Amino acid sequence: MKESVVSEAVSPENATFRFEEAAQEPEVKWRETLRIFCNNRMALLGLVIVTTFVFVGIFGPWLFPADPFELIATPLSGPGEYTILGTDYLGRDVFSGIIHGARPTLLIAATATLVTIFIGITLGAVAGFYGGMIDNVLMRITEFFQVLPPLVFSMVIVAVFSTDVLVVILAIAVTTWTTEARLTRAEFLKIKEREYVMSARAMGARNFRLIAKVILPNAMPPLVIAITLRIGVTIIYEAALSFLGLTDPDVITWGKMIGLSRDFFFDAWWTVTFPGVAILLVVLGIALIGDGLNDAFNPKLRGR
Amino acid sequence: MKTAIIQRILLGFVLVIAVIVLNFLLLQAAPGDVVDAMLAEAGGGDPELAAKLRASYGLDQPIYIQLFKYLGRVLAGDLGYSFYYDDSVTALILSHLPTTLMLTLSALVVAVIVGTLFGVYAAIKPRGIFSNFITVFSLFGYATPVFWLGMIVLLVFALHLPWFPAYGIRSIPEPETMIGRALDIINHLVLPVFTLAVLFLANYSRISRASMLDVLGADYIRTARTKGLSEFNIIFKHALKNAALPVVTLAGLQLGQVFSGAVLVETVFSLPGVGPLLYESIVRRDYPVILGVLFGAAATTIVANIITDLIYQKMDPRIQSIT
Repeated sequence: MKESVVSEAVSPENATFRFEEAAQEPEVKWRETLRIFCNNRMALLGLVIVTTFVFVGIFGPWLFPADPFELIATPLSGPGEYTILGTDYLGRDVFSGIIHGARPTLLIAATATLVTIFIGITLGAVAGFYGGMIDNVLMRITEFFQVLPPLVFSMVIVAVFSTDVLVVILAIAVTTWTTEARLTRAEFLKIKEREYVMSARAMGARNFRLIAKVILPNAMPPLVIAITLRIGVTIIYEAALSFLGLTDPDVITWGKMIGLSRDFFFDAWWTVTFPGVAILLVVLGIALIGDGLNDAFNPKLRGR
Repeated sequence: MKTAIIQRILLGFVLVIAVIVLNFLLLQAAPGDVVDAMLAEAGGGDPELAAKLRASYGLDQPIYIQLFKYLGRVLAGDLGYSFYYDDSVTALILSHLPTTLMLTLSALVVAVIVGTLFGVYAAIKPRGIFSNFITVFSLFGYATPVFWLGMIVLLVFALHLPWFPAYGIRSIPEPETMIGRALDIINHLVLPVFTLAVLFLANYSRISRASMLDVLGADYIRTARTKGLSEFNIIFKHALKNAALPVVTLAGLQLGQVFSGAVLVETVFSLPGVGPLLYESIVRRDYPVILGVLFGAAATTIVANIITDLIYQKMDPRIQSIT
């Protein structure tokens, strides 16, 4: 079906009309993908988990207004003693910390992911599309960033500049965009030789249009999966930085809760276990969604 | 073939230079300089002394001259001086390196070998229980923060079941004999290596299963089957070699990530490796040490990447060069 539309587009009489169609209607079957995804129970479970956490992130502080920084009970009281998940070494409620930590944790991860994929997709697309010298230079830059161990590089950036949330977000993005850049470049190299791209080019589409409207939509399937998984990786990454204390002192995140309780966790397992379970659950949800998307985009490879 | 290797090494050298330049820029961006650090450690000093010291360290010279001098020093192996530790950064890193190397390499070797074997076993029965287990295992491997896993492992295997020591790399007092000391270190490394390896292992099992399934469908495997070779022979002599390639490549590429994981694991298990050194230096904003660790890790990664490429070429003669 799609093939015929594309090859017809080359014939001159209906060129303008077909050009729009060939260019804007992606060859990816999104509806079919969505159908397969919705029939995948594990993927839906992942969606439910993630939605729940996003809901907690948005409305949690209203539903449970108890201040997570307030000292409300005896320090290191166990789960169920005074509060449902116990208190930390200063007597702060762990449960309230998890509820109030959801928003910063998810927001920092989401923003960092956006910046990461923006850098990665832009550089990858430009490199793959133009090729030659530009590609060469961009790939050398990518290689340079790949040899810097991501977490260590982020730690250095935060230590040198500041622990401001924006710096933390940039420190995550600057060190991790290379995966997306390589993936986007590979897709662009593959797709730019396709017939419909050639015909769009022959009909005088400008480079920006070719990149953003013709090639990018068709390069999306692997990118969507990569971006989904990237969110999970970023949550863990941010948690690691927070765990090491490299984060804004006024913000409470799950990683920071674990880091602050490091000296006390032998006496109070709940102070590190529950925030960790929160991270584990939400990232597991994201992983299930990513797996579901993978199966939906590549039905033949299911189960790999 | 030869020129490809030389090219690869030259590129590695350029990358090393680039890392040094980045380090220099970060050092410039960091608040305070060597003299500030020195005076702070000495308990203060007057501006005149500071100016004199700056001149003696060449800090009054134009920035590009400083850069060239810095390049020369680092290439000669001098990463600067830590006034807090009162020692050269190179010596500091070298003294913390053995622990990190032991941890990282053991974890990597365990993850690659066990991961490949898991993947192979799962690929023999792609719909079996073990194969499903690999799928779930790899999901958890992706979703578990390594530092948290370390703490849980400590709670279970050091506190609740006191089987392994909870921190450090040596017992106090140390065992008398050489063998006793070696066993003591191994005993201290079991939990950290397990923590670090298990997450990468999860990923490698999945990848090796996928590549094994691909390879088992290939023509040359069918040929081997029709020749009547035993299943063991087919899997371990014919298929494994090709199926292990993606795992080896990935392990090589992920060295930086394994090192990042090691930094966290060492911090959790209080191992005297590069991780805690970096952590302490960041808390104190001891910039020469921080940047020295960054440089050391990047340089190691560059060398490891070249070695991985060479191994890859050896294992797969179809690949002439990877640039």
